[in-house]
Amino acid sequence: MQFDKEFDASGLACPLPIVKTKKALADMASGAVLKVVATDPGSVCDMAAFAEQTGHALLEQSTENSKYVFFLKKA
Amino acid sequence: MATKKMAIIATKGALDMAYPPLILASTAAALGWDVQIFFTFYGLQLLRKDLSGIAISPIGNPAMPMPVPMPVVVSILPGMEAMATSMMKAKMKKKGVASLEELRSLCQEADVKFIACQMTVDLFEFDKRDFIDGIEYGGAAMFMKFAGETDVCLFI
Repeated sequence: MQFDKEFDASGLACPLPIVKTKKALADMASGAVLKVVATDPGSVCDMAAFAEQTGHALLEQSTENSKYVFFLKKA
Repeated sequence: MATKKMAIIATKGALDMAYPPLILASTAAALGWDVQIFFTFYGLQLLRKDLSGIAISPIGNPAMPMPVPMPVVVSILPGMEAMATSMMKAKMKKKGVASLEELRSLCQEADVKFIACQMTVDLFEFDKRDFIDGIEYGGAAMFMKFAGETDVCLFI
């Protein structure tokens, strides 16, 4: 999937993947896509909850080599 | 959608109890919530510029996971609290858990409002110069004004 920016949250524990994803989105334009890579298993549920509550669209979530990959489209 | 609000009363100053208010506040702020934390009694320790004194004690803390079983009589020995604290901090760092300083900065960057309880600041004779900048001082009525409008209100 094409993306405009990537944020690597590998090694970070709750709540940093979410809090820093929010920061990564801050300077992006509406409609731009952010790729987030995380190793925290809790980030799977948390990212979905983050997207639902903030209005950003979680376009895709997958697991690659025990890493969790998310594509978020900024609202 | 109206902005959601959360108010937290932070009353504890031990390492393990310092985390929940800052984790929840920084997360709620990331979700776009309007958040205030009212720091009172030992919670005021979390507002110090220098957080190096925040510790965890194995004493009276039977649920604390230990690498080896430790009788209470051992945990009261001098240096045990410092040892438990440095072990916990090392483990947190290894697991990617944010430091208290980092979480606190993230809260402040995200406009979480920090209120120090004026009564307990006076009670303990704390020096305001030891506290971080950007905090307000207030009392119960000030807290209740905001708390009364919140969706989530926690006492930690």
